Amino acid sequence: MQNDFCLSQLLVHFPATSLMLRTLPSAKRIFMPAKNWLRDAWKTLGWRSCLQISLFVACYNDLLFPQTGKAVVAVLERLGHTVEFREAQTCCGQMHYNSGYQPDALAMMRRFLNVFEDAEAICVPSASCVAMMRDHYPKMAAASGDTKLKNQVDDVLPRVFEFSELLVDRLGVTDVGAFYPHTVTLHTSCHSLRSLHAAGKAETLLEHVRGLTLIDLPQSEECCGFGGTFAVKNPEVSAAMLGDKMQCILSTGAKVCTAGDNSCLMHIGGGLSLQGTGVRTVHLAEILAASDSGEAL
Amino acid sequence: MSIRVGKAAQAAAFPDAAKPLLNNFQIRRNVRHATEVIRNKRANVVGEMPDWEALRDAGHAIKQHTLLHLDTYLQQFEEACTRAGGIVHWATDADEASRIIVELIRSKGEHEVIKVKTMTSDEIQLNPSLEAAGITPYETDLADLIVQLGNDQPSHIVVPALHRNKAEIRELFLREMKLDQLGDTAEDLAAAARAYLREKFLRVRTAVSGANFLVAETGSVCVVESEGNGRMCLTLPETLITIAGIEKVIPTFRDLEVFLQLLPRSATGERMNPYNSIWTGVTPGDGPQSFHVILLDNGRTNVLADDESRDTLDCIRCGACLNVCPVYRQTGGHAYGSIYAGPIGAIVTPQLLGMEHSQSLPYASSLCGACYEVCPVKINIPEILIHLRGKVVHNGDAPLEERMAMKVASLALGSSARFSVAQKLVRIGQLPFQSDGKLSGIPGMLAAWTASRDLNAVPAESFREWWAKRKKGQPA
Repeated sequence: MQNDFCLSQLLVHFPATSLMLRTLPSAKRIFMPAKNWLRDAWKTLGWRSCLQISLFVACYNDLLFPQTGKAVVAVLERLGHTVEFREAQTCCGQMHYNSGYQPDALAMMRRFLNVFEDAEAICVPSASCVAMMRDHYPKMAAASGDTKLKNQVDDVLPRVFEFSELLVDRLGVTDVGAFYPHTVTLHTSCHSLRSLHAAGKAETLLEHVRGLTLIDLPQSEECCGFGGTFAVKNPEVSAAMLGDKMQCILSTGAKVCTAGDNSCLMHIGGGLSLQGTGVRTVHLAEILAASDSGEAL
Repeated sequence: MSIRVGKAAQAAAFPDAAKPLLNNFQIRRNVRHATEVIRNKRANVVGEMPDWEALRDAGHAIKQHTLLHLDTYLQQFEEACTRAGGIVHWATDADEASRIIVELIRSKGEHEVIKVKTMTSDEIQLNPSLEAAGITPYETDLADLIVQLGNDQPSHIVVPALHRNKAEIRELFLREMKLDQLGDTAEDLAAAARAYLREKFLRVRTAVSGANFLVAETGSVCVVESEGNGRMCLTLPETLITIAGIEKVIPTFRDLEVFLQLLPRSATGERMNPYNSIWTGVTPGDGPQSFHVILLDNGRTNVLADDESRDTLDCIRCGACLNVCPVYRQTGGHAYGSIYAGPIGAIVTPQLLGMEHSQSLPYASSLCGACYEVCPVKINIPEILIHLRGKVVHNGDAPLEERMAMKVASLALGSSARFSVAQKLVRIGQLPFQSDGKLSGIPGMLAAWTASRDLNAVPAESFREWWAKRKKGQPA
């Protein structure tokens, strides 16, 4: 675990400044430029203070859930880091790989690796994309017989972080200064649970959000029934699994169901909406981006 | 070649077979209750083992090693078994195995057999072959008996009648055993089965069994069970015919140490099987005096030849993957159309059938990974499912609509410029289906989505468009 020293971050977390920020809106106007100036000065001095974080937003977030990408940018910038978005990025190849179209997935893997080859840290607000990379990229590269590709995978993968991993493991942050006055339950996606073993990270981050009441989700280790193309190839079974998941969510009484994967949330939220339950689904990043000044991005 | 896996080659595709089962609340309740009980018991007894992960690694390693030297170990088993007075037969496929068994029974002049613990006999559809030859088979494992009396299909690898509850079984026993009265407790039902079966154990002189393990070193065969009916089948008859898949062989007697810990805890949540029967050939004056082993291929060597999915043959048929599978829990075993249900069935059945049938099974999974997590021999079932999907696509057997959608997606995601254009096209394309920020009435695969979930309209601005604007607005 590595925690880069970051002066501006320290200032945000210094109790007095934090209190001042919360109580005096005008303080923000003075403090924020000061903070940015300090950061720039720090950089000019050549200190490795804050990270240049490269966002891999994931193709479906790009198109369907742009607010999640914006939230990631907001959280990371609030912590004093610089975010870049490499526009050549498209997709990790998961949908093609898992559906049996492995040659197409290989092309997308090559694209991903070329785009992010020299990135300092790659942040992915989708656990299943990260699972795709960690579980399958090494095997795909080995099977291709391309030594350069294999080296590229070995080189890039350690710099890929799922959003909650980046915050907790790489940046060593558990309190991102968020305010979200709602009752929330956390859905742990199968990839986050069994492939990334990151279930506890999202929970820790949520526990530190002011105003938020976190309610445990019963049978949280059960799959929600999304499963990519499974949801349309076996729609009835998928819907039955969703029914069980929705029952568990409703039993918590929470008004918001969150997760680190918009894919699960699209499925769960679609069901909750169709049945008029009034429970919303919100990506973890959007909760962490919310602050006193409002949750809307 | 006539490879058979039960009636899987004629079975309906998984999504179609699942539909009536999803509406059968009795079956769903029975399946849910039974799998929950077993998975909790398993979790408890696995949790108390400090070296469980080491045992799983050992089980995996032994199986891997054995499969890479399968020819050697099978021949070693044949030699040792023959030396001990057994007779080993080799069967390429279902027909050959059935023919050997029918001839053996006929040569003894028998018209009845008792059977126990043999999924492979269901795999090769032995019972219809026996009946066609005028031989009556009696299943003696309680659950198999329930399935046989009900003219039913097994729905679970370890608990074949898991889809039945007590009330249904009582009805069945009253009718099929021609009883005047029968209580409704588990004890009453077990007593009725005992009375029905004891008479057969004492009368019938030939038995057919399966095998959990074949020990190459000693030529021994091992069968584990809970009821003792297996012990009767294995010891009382004059002739014992054991049919086993070639992957059942393990190198040494000592290897049982690993598997006899892994199997009961994974299968039934027991620390040890109540009955562990291990025998070696023929012992004069004790037990069956005529002993035959049929080593069955029936498609297994094809699986063996595939580096990516060879691990499929590691399976020790514990059924743990079925009990944790969220798909199996909704549908029960019959949706899989095979005697091998659940995640393991989804990889075993199509492979044994050379990927020519049961092609819907590799897709009958959300790839949640719960199966891999509990597998006592660490078969990465999700990986193999994906590999098999790749085979279906490679063979050109995926639906045209899916292939086209994937091709279009692949093109669109092939460059960021194309992806940007595709995003705009999607936004235009959705207009006819859009109302109140939601999409409805979309034909094709997306109709399957909207049947049970709302679908929000694609937002007016994608992330990359927002980013481009933001960058423009920022001073350089």
